[in-house]
Amino acid sequence: MSFIKLLKLVHNYVTIDEDGEVEEVNRAVDGVDAEINEGEFVAILGHNGSGKSTLAKHLNGLLFPDEGTVWIGGYDTKEEENLLKIRQTTGMVFQNPDNQIIGSIVEEDVAFGLENIGVETEKIWKRVAESLEAVGMTAYREQSPNRLSGGQKQRVAIAGVMAMRPKCIILDESTAMLDPVGRKEVIQTISQLNKEEGITVILITHYMEEAVCADRVFVMHEGHLVMEGNPREIFSQVETLKSYHLDVPQVTELAYELNKEGIMLPSDILTVDEMVDILCQLD
Amino acid sequence: MSIRLEHISLDYQDGGRTIHALKDINLEISDNQFIGLIGHTGSGKSSLIQHLNGLLHATSGAIYYNGENIYAEGYNMRQLRNKVGLVFQYPEHQLFEVDVFSDVCFGPKNQGLSREEVEARAKEAIELAGLDESYYRKSPFELSGGQKRRVAIAGVLAMKPEILVLDEPTAGLDPQGRDEILGQISKLKKERNMTIVLVSHSMEDVARYVDRLIVMNKGEAVFDGTPREVFRHYKELEKIGLAAPQVTYLMHELKRKGLDVNTDVITVEEAREELARVLKKSVVETEENTVQKSGDTTEENQSVFNQREQEDSSEC
Repeated sequence: MSFIKLLKLVHNYVTIDEDGEVEEVNRAVDGVDAEINEGEFVAILGHNGSGKSTLAKHLNGLLFPDEGTVWIGGYDTKEEENLLKIRQTTGMVFQNPDNQIIGSIVEEDVAFGLENIGVETEKIWKRVAESLEAVGMTAYREQSPNRLSGGQKQRVAIAGVMAMRPKCIILDESTAMLDPVGRKEVIQTISQLNKEEGITVILITHYMEEAVCADRVFVMHEGHLVMEGNPREIFSQVETLKSYHLDVPQVTELAYELNKEGIMLPSDILTVDEMVDILCQLD
Repeated sequence: MSIRLEHISLDYQDGGRTIHALKDINLEISDNQFIGLIGHTGSGKSSLIQHLNGLLHATSGAIYYNGENIYAEGYNMRQLRNKVGLVFQYPEHQLFEVDVFSDVCFGPKNQGLSREEVEARAKEAIELAGLDESYYRKSPFELSGGQKRRVAIAGVLAMKPEILVLDEPTAGLDPQGRDEILGQISKLKKERNMTIVLVSHSMEDVARYVDRLIVMNKGEAVFDGTPREVFRHYKELEKIGLAAPQVTYLMHELKRKGLDVNTDVITVEEAREELARVLKKSVVETEENTVQKSGDTTEENQSVFNQREQEDSSEC
């Protein structure tokens, strides 16, 4: 079985009025089937309210299916005795870096999760050091997190998750509040963890250039999983993506526009380097 | 309308250290400008905009609104806050009324206006923010992220500001929501002659919408010019946590590889025009030579694709 498997997953948000009667049922995730393999890097795109964050919260047992089943590393999330296992398997990094940092110095913050699960002190030191090294923040280990940039804070948050030795990290719009360099730092860090440590990465984002780095892209629309494929397959469908309120990277859009002008370029150009190579060959 | 900042500095104490949040800022914001304000996290953008309506008081320097010093004794600060509307980050967190209409009425009601005037302003503001009557009685909490944000912007517009300052109004919105909000803001400038100050982390957005771009770094305004002028300094921008739009990098890279393109390109439209011009010209030239070497093309294309496979992850 795949590392993560969703079978006809349904999640309803139920609004209850003052008398305790059901007022409205909003089906945020509606019958999603998906599989993610260990070591994969998957980006999830979708407009606001498309169900992507709800879906992500099912992957570490923050939410439970109303219908269907979710298995994480073989464990069914509906069974309560699996919860601790599941939350240790998948870690989550959220949008606002300031809401996730607790420690008054960087290494304390990274150690927080380990202390909570009662790991021995020696081991904690070792894992904290390894995690900070993995995200390139060793030099800041004794500093206050307050003085870090947004990108650095998110890397500390990722280190905190890494210290728990998860098999999978989920980033729920973790780059939304960062400046361009901060975004790049986070994406490079997780790409590296994915390639070198074999961590499964699930990246939820509104930045199309970030999804280009993934092995596979999922597109959510109104609770459904409407597109699935590698970045080339997904981003070459400019019109379809726009109909789902999404976008493509600037160079992909440029290639699409130039094609309309009769300059024939492949429709699946994703990066500046690719575009440069192709145009230089044309010339 | 004009705001003039003269030698504005802001210092504060943090654990015995003095932090210079703003250092000697001099700038003038005049009528009907669309200004972008960029800078990495902690560069002083938010401190700067909070000076524009007197929420923060500079340690030294002076600010003149329409020629009047706002730090002078007896200056009507309340009036200033009506004229300079500030939309904070994630403004939807500040919605609290039972429905959209009441929420938008809150500001003008507190200005002490008559009921008719308050309602007239709310209606106008909701329309200006791009929402229609069907939203009046909806609870703000049942709206999407982009819609909530429009309601929050309408709440500020109902105060009839002359200048609208927005702190990252598109953070966390999907591409369509982003385009809608920025399109609407741009309309306020064009149709209502409002002055807009937009704080943003998206180089692509400021390149597309603003007429003037101010770059902050370590409390100083390091660049101030049209986006085109500012993005010419893309290498310096990178050093201070910023970047240029993707298409600008593309043009510089093409130039470096020997293609004769104009590198002064900041939007996809401009890149399309420029490349169409250059490539169509070169297509005509190469067509004259194609008779001799037409056989090579498939092989060439193949090699292009192979190369692409290898360089797949170059930007990750």
